[in-house]
Amino acid sequence: MYASIPVLSLITLTPAVAALLILLLPRTAKQEARIIAAAATGFSFLLGILMYFSYDVAFANGAQSVSEMFQFQESIPWVAALGINYHLGVDGISAPMVLLTGFASFAGVLISWGIEDRPREFMAFFLLLVVGVYGVFVAMDLFVLFFFYELAIFPMYLLIATWGWKELREYAAMKLTLYILVGSVVALVGMLVLYVVAGQATGTYSFDMVHMLEVAQMPDSPFNNAVAGLDGVTIARLWFPLIFIGFGVLAGVFPFHNWSPDGHVAAPTAVSMIHAGVLMKLGAYSALRVGVQLLPDGARAHLPWIVFLTLINVVYGAFIAMRQRDFKYVIGFSSVSHMGLVSMGWATMNVTGMTGAGLQMFSHGAMTALFFSCVGMVYDRAHTRDIPSLGGFSRKMPWVAFAFIIGGLVSMGMPGLSGFVAEFPIFMGLWDASPVIQLGIGSWALGNYFAVIAIVAVLGIIVTAAYVLRVVQQVFFGAFNEQRYAEVGDVTILDKVALAILVVPLILLGVWPSIMAPMIESAVRPIAQMLLGGA
Amino acid sequence: MIDWTNANYLPWLIPVPPLLAAALIFLVTNRSWWLTTTTALVATITSWVMATIMLLRAIGVAFGEALDGEAFGSTAPWMDLGSTQFQIGVLVDPLTTAMLFMVPLAILMIMIYSVGYMAHDPRRERFFGYMSLFAGAMLLLVVADNLLLLFIGWEVMGFCSYSLIGFWFEKESAHRAGVKAFMTTRVADVIMLLGIAYLYAETGTLSFREIFFNEALLAGLAAKPAIIFGGLSAAGLIGVFLVIGTIGKSAQFPLHVWLPDAMEGPTPVSAMIHAAAMVSAGVYMIIRMYPLLEAGADPHHGVYSAPLLLMAYVGAFTALFSAVIAVAQNDIKRVLAYSTISQLGFMMAALGIGAYIAAAFHLITHGIFKALLFMSSGAVIHAMEHGEHHAHEHGHHVHNAFGGHGRFDPQDMRNMGGLKGRIPVTWFGFLTGGLALAGFPLFTAGFWSKDEIFAEAWHLGFGEGFGPAMFVFVLLALAAFLTAFYTMRQLAMTFAGEPRTEAAAQASLGGPKTVVSTFMQGPLIVLGVAALVAGYIGVPQDFPLFGWLFSGNGNPFHDFVGGTLPHHPPTLAFNVVPVLFSFVVALGGLYVGYRVYWRRPLAAGQPDPTQLALDRISPYLWQWMSHKFYVDELYQRVFVQPSQWLSEVLTSKIIDRIVIDGILHTIAHVAGWIGELFKRFNRVVIDGVGDGIPQAIGAFAGWFRRVQTGNVQQYLLMAVLAALVIFLSAAGLLVRISPTTVLIALAALVVIIVVLNLIGRVWGGIAE
Repeated sequence: MYASIPVLSLITLTPAVAALLILLLPRTAKQEARIIAAAATGFSFLLGILMYFSYDVAFANGAQSVSEMFQFQESIPWVAALGINYHLGVDGISAPMVLLTGFASFAGVLISWGIEDRPREFMAFFLLLVVGVYGVFVAMDLFVLFFFYELAIFPMYLLIATWGWKELREYAAMKLTLYILVGSVVALVGMLVLYVVAGQATGTYSFDMVHMLEVAQMPDSPFNNAVAGLDGVTIARLWFPLIFIGFGVLAGVFPFHNWSPDGHVAAPTAVSMIHAGVLMKLGAYSALRVGVQLLPDGARAHLPWIVFLTLINVVYGAFIAMRQRDFKYVIGFSSVSHMGLVSMGWATMNVTGMTGAGLQMFSHGAMTALFFSCVGMVYDRAHTRDIPSLGGFSRKMPWVAFAFIIGGLVSMGMPGLSGFVAEFPIFMGLWDASPVIQLGIGSWALGNYFAVIAIVAVLGIIVTAAYVLRVVQQVFFGAFNEQRYAEVGDVTILDKVALAILVVPLILLGVWPSIMAPMIESAVRPIAQMLLGGA
Repeated sequence: MIDWTNANYLPWLIPVPPLLAAALIFLVTNRSWWLTTTTALVATITSWVMATIMLLRAIGVAFGEALDGEAFGSTAPWMDLGSTQFQIGVLVDPLTTAMLFMVPLAILMIMIYSVGYMAHDPRRERFFGYMSLFAGAMLLLVVADNLLLLFIGWEVMGFCSYSLIGFWFEKESAHRAGVKAFMTTRVADVIMLLGIAYLYAETGTLSFREIFFNEALLAGLAAKPAIIFGGLSAAGLIGVFLVIGTIGKSAQFPLHVWLPDAMEGPTPVSAMIHAAAMVSAGVYMIIRMYPLLEAGADPHHGVYSAPLLLMAYVGAFTALFSAVIAVAQNDIKRVLAYSTISQLGFMMAALGIGAYIAAAFHLITHGIFKALLFMSSGAVIHAMEHGEHHAHEHGHHVHNAFGGHGRFDPQDMRNMGGLKGRIPVTWFGFLTGGLALAGFPLFTAGFWSKDEIFAEAWHLGFGEGFGPAMFVFVLLALAAFLTAFYTMRQLAMTFAGEPRTEAAAQASLGGPKTVVSTFMQGPLIVLGVAALVAGYIGVPQDFPLFGWLFSGNGNPFHDFVGGTLPHHPPTLAFNVVPVLFSFVVALGGLYVGYRVYWRRPLAAGQPDPTQLALDRISPYLWQWMSHKFYVDELYQRVFVQPSQWLSEVLTSKIIDRIVIDGILHTIAHVAGWIGELFKRFNRVVIDGVGDGIPQAIGAFAGWFRRVQTGNVQQYLLMAVLAALVIFLSAAGLLVRISPTTVLIALAALVVIIVVLNLIGRVWGGIAE
């Protein structure tokens, strides 16, 4: 029904075509490169908005089969012998993510306008990164998903190592790439196992998501078969933690989070925006899509302890952020903290909590992109990110101050903004989960464990308020050093446009959450039913 | 189209004008003082008019639509989570109606007053933006029909209080006070949020009326054991969480520390926070949620639930504790700040023992007279600053009367004295407000509301013999005595006798016809009258004479607000003992204060007579009181410093950088060491073997060395390409070869890739 125009392919591949075009340009064509990049990301962005608003939530709610859960599907056989299809489609979780990628990538190009060092190459790699990100969200074939996942990491490395902050870029780029690569390879192996197991059981070897989901939902799913040689361990239970945490590395799950603050700090502004804003969501998204959705039995067994890791993320990240002197590290660690809430939402395994996690992915994405753009704007003009030596910048750049404060309020969960809309369901989901889910170690079961998690996790929210207020005060208010920052002026009009683009969804979603919540809910409900149904 | 004149929809509009005004002021009018004040005032007046229409409708005076145990209201969907749908809505029931009398009136008066008070501030436009937002949030909270919407207003106010308390952020102490207010209430707020989440998880709704009119639900919550903290019921735990939220917002011990510091904000902010909005919101929420807190208990028959006991003890203790502190404060606003904490303690304690309506009554009267007191104190401070300027112009250098070397402090009462004749309207405002606060019998609003609390506490404590009520009565009686005493001390130190400084001698508001004087003193007159007469809406029916005068058909406030809940609380028979107590503590406190401070006014530099008296017992008493029992210092040691240590040293330095990165780096080093070993092995052992194999190995080693160039890109590329190629070829063979074999092969390859990666990483490190 939606096949007339390949919307998702257009969204995903337009930046790739633009990247090629840019590489064909002469070396001196800096402005042209920027315009092409802006046009391409802008086009994808608009198409993403169009796609988002024509997504049919009612149809998704009434989905009768696995295939009907996805819309805008396109499928072309790719490597038919192996069951690999170029199969795209979105459901209620990925559609907002596509929209988010549009927001962050377009704003990212605008903010990178001032890059004078090889902007052609920069834009080309940046577009390639965007292609990878879009691709993961629209992929409906595990192979395609993995392909785009890796595609997103490559340009990341180059962008950080080439255009990053000189003191840290090589170390950070390497650290980031290694972490993510190791994680993804672990997850890849897990995916292959599932491919093979499903193929053996049904006789059809296919990476197609629909096929895999159908296998996962079979009453006696082969994923729940025992692993040969390991007594009482099923395939699902063996592989779930590897897949979930393998992808979770990219979502910054403790203790595999340390690539992220270093990576964020070393990256150029636009890359930090995509990186923290969208790339980390790839991890959380894939962990859900491949891990939880295909291996519900594994999720039931393992998420109750994984939620503890996410709790550490939330509290620990916030505490570290509180004491950073470097402006960008504060935001870097705040991402660690907030992404913990996403994984925590998945771990509640109920509709409310998971919907909250979906909303948090979007909210945090826009918020953190906004944060990094603010940091970048301050740094570009002040040439330092040392918080104590900044101050009074609201006078010189009121837009940035305003945007940062909005972002700060979002991050501390102020009602009326998107952060609250996302965090509140997550906490409610935790309470809801308490009686249902237990952490069992042998005969010893801890019943109300999720409630305790919720109580400890609010500590993270309190500390968040502390570090946000500290940064706001020390960077944007306080005394302005006229001598040292004599040359600091206001940001450009493009910067302001970028800030506005990122602020709008934060407010809109906060005031009117029905713009997104029902869509996400339509997609997580079947997952939650599978998790609680015991199928 | 929605008919907005319908009483069910009109409440939606009440918070809108100030919110709109805030947006307008921030975005459009922020360069024009004239436009800004007009916008803010028009918005506030519009809200006040709509609120008054609702008020009149609700009591059926003008429109014949009286509430009869019913309520006006409507809902709309807000966030749809499929199985759970959040509704937001408005509700005007009798309790809301009572608030709609006090809150918009106080807000309007504060706004008018601010025009005068902020007339010369460089950032006055922004001030009105925040104030409008604050007012809108409070009105939103009042008309909310569910906890979620209430919480939204609650939090927005928290943010506004941060911005407004720290409004003069150039001053370090002001900024600190803003952060402190925000963080302290934030701690309580998130706990409250947990309570809301828990309540929702248990009941599936956050609507007040859906919960309170469903007795089976309440009984079920009271019978169900709580999810954690054994011994509590579910209702008990939710209640405790909510009460903690109020302890933060209404500044009860031990979270009271933010409120005195909040005096750093401009005085209209203090009036807003302490009277009309923020702190009242805390108590209002508790009154709203009362049936839940009371679930499974019956305080009128001596059965208490955990939240009730918590409120009774915390409230009574706070009332006395902060009254004691207030006695030893010299800052005119700090005295009022501690009196606010103390009066809120009265309300909390009253709620704890089941005196639901008395607490609501005191909330209303307190809102009025405390707004009045703060605005009067602002006028005093303004007059003092004016006097200081004046004195400067005439070549006098103004010193603190108590010999301090710091800047002249226009808020210190020791610098005042004799202001009675210099600012007579302010004197009238302060006097009526002060008498109402002290509970001066029969003619002030504060008497009637406080008396009702005493009557209930006496009846339940000594009539029925319930321990908590007894405790509450005794502590509140002591607190009321001290309240009257410190009020008289404040009145005397500020207004009586002769000026103690040149500034006080020159104090004035610039003559009767100035903008400052008009806008600042007009509201004082309005509220001054209200502080005297507002109490007559709640006179007990059988109170001698006054009951006959004002409550011929029963106590109007009691009967009306009692209609909020499904069951009317019982009306007490008149008892002369608590009334006598009220008389004695109020008049006694005032009299002692009069003897000590008014009859012999302080001279400049003279120590406080109370201090002298207490020093005779122990020199530490006064010191501890004036230092607020060192609670701030304690919190610094116990909470602030450890959490800084935790984040700075433990998590950031030790765990994150040393342990986690350390492990990573160690792995890399070990891998590097293995790589080095392989390299040597390669050279020494394998090179030594015959020709054929060495050649092959040599090729491998050459390749290996290339990997180890430290050129990370190249090396990374290879790793991933290898992974892909291997994966594809393996996948291609799948059809024929057993999957297990493929798996093992793949796993092995993966391990190799990982190791290669690590080696490369280390090689890079060593090469550096």
